[in-house]
Amino acid sequence: MSNQKYAIFLGCMIPYREVAYEVSARRIADVVGIELVEMPDSNCCGLPLDPVNHEMAIALAARDLCLAESMGLNLMTLCNGCFGFLTKMNKKLKEDRALRERVNEHLKGIGMEFKGTIDVKHFIGVLIESVGIEKLSNLVTRPLEGLKIAEHYGCHFLRPHKYLGTDDAENPTVLAKLIELTGATVVDYLDERECCGGTVIGIDENVPIRLARNKLKSIKDAGAEAIVTICPNCHMIYDLNQPRIEKIFSESYGLPVLYYPQLLGLAMGMSPDELAVGELRVKADRVLNRLIQKA
Amino acid sequence: MSNEVKEETSKPLRIDPWFKHKVLEMPGGETLKICFQCGTCTSSCPIAHISDSYRPNQIIRLAQFGLKDKVLSSKTIWLCAACFTCVDRCPQGVEMESVLRTLKNLAVKEGHIPKVFKDLGSAVLETGFAYKVPELRLKSRKDLGLPTLPKAKIEDVKKLAEKTGFIAIVS
Repeated sequence: MSNQKYAIFLGCMIPYREVAYEVSARRIADVVGIELVEMPDSNCCGLPLDPVNHEMAIALAARDLCLAESMGLNLMTLCNGCFGFLTKMNKKLKEDRALRERVNEHLKGIGMEFKGTIDVKHFIGVLIESVGIEKLSNLVTRPLEGLKIAEHYGCHFLRPHKYLGTDDAENPTVLAKLIELTGATVVDYLDERECCGGTVIGIDENVPIRLARNKLKSIKDAGAEAIVTICPNCHMIYDLNQPRIEKIFSESYGLPVLYYPQLLGLAMGMSPDELAVGELRVKADRVLNRLIQKA
Repeated sequence: MSNEVKEETSKPLRIDPWFKHKVLEMPGGETLKICFQCGTCTSSCPIAHISDSYRPNQIIRLAQFGLKDKVLSSKTIWLCAACFTCVDRCPQGVEMESVLRTLKNLAVKEGHIPKVFKDLGSAVLETGFAYKVPELRLKSRKDLGLPTLPKAKIEDVKKLAEKTGFIAIVS
């Protein structure tokens, strides 16, 4: 199986509201030689329905996994939620025979069978494993020296550790390494690993709003100029909702929230337009002006 | 702020001695019995830090005691953000998120389904995805040089929804 060719799974959130992630990730994939093959009749990964009906959630995940199996390609996600759920379900379906037989019974009706022949990858994992820090560093032509970045992983990239195993969940380093190769500096802040709370926004919006406020404040206090995320759900909480949070708490953060491939693309000399930086709610002008001044 | 989830504590409590066995039998509910109330989950929980009502170890205890109605009709079970911090840190290996998911699945069967999940469910049955992408977004994809979005096979999704009993819950 080729390391450089993946079935790309977009999920729901990215096409719905977070298209900047897709644009920038595809640009980076192009440049570093990752070939992405579309999954034309894929469906939701199943995660949003897990609280309602676990059986349906697994069936949806299994159908997507079967599609990638039939393509003979590993499946690559951009969204942490899709990554976490599909990885966990893929692992469980491979290891638990009783579960596999039960789910295959559901799949029989649509002419599919889970065989367990592929792996699920996150775009960030692919950058690290298939491209590598060294090659990425060599592609940096406009180092973002002096730019202070606060990182936010998002839970479903790291946990549960026993299923995902991407990095040390209590003390991860992958994202910091990727940010530092752009020349930017990673700033530590209080409660870095705290969840964005985005999944419960429909139940009680005060939860993510208050969690996000705490995080934005800690990041501001730590002196960061921008946030870097790798998950559309977290991004929506910190970027799309930032003006609202500023209003509710009468505070001002003005923290642009970049997707990692946007940051990397800027360091590779790509234009903000190519990376859909204009799609961000909190304008990244201050960060971009610094780049122009330096050039 | 509106919408703060509050627990009702004044009603008399009814015990269902079979409840815990029902949870234990469901996929994901198996680890309910091994919790020994150390509280690591709650002290690690980002939601518990800011919520007055959400205490995962208490939910587990109520379920173990068979306080079925109190657990299943409670809004607090829906406050788990599935960050898995407690799952990673539990010294007993309780799959807290899976146990809570099992409780939520049972609550849905009893008719307690939050509106947001009904909406997500309907969207999946209609489009195959949890959110319906607006027309404007579909058009702007072309301008941004993005390929056409996947179109889910609705008849497959519907068949799976029938097989798994999901369709009865949402419609």
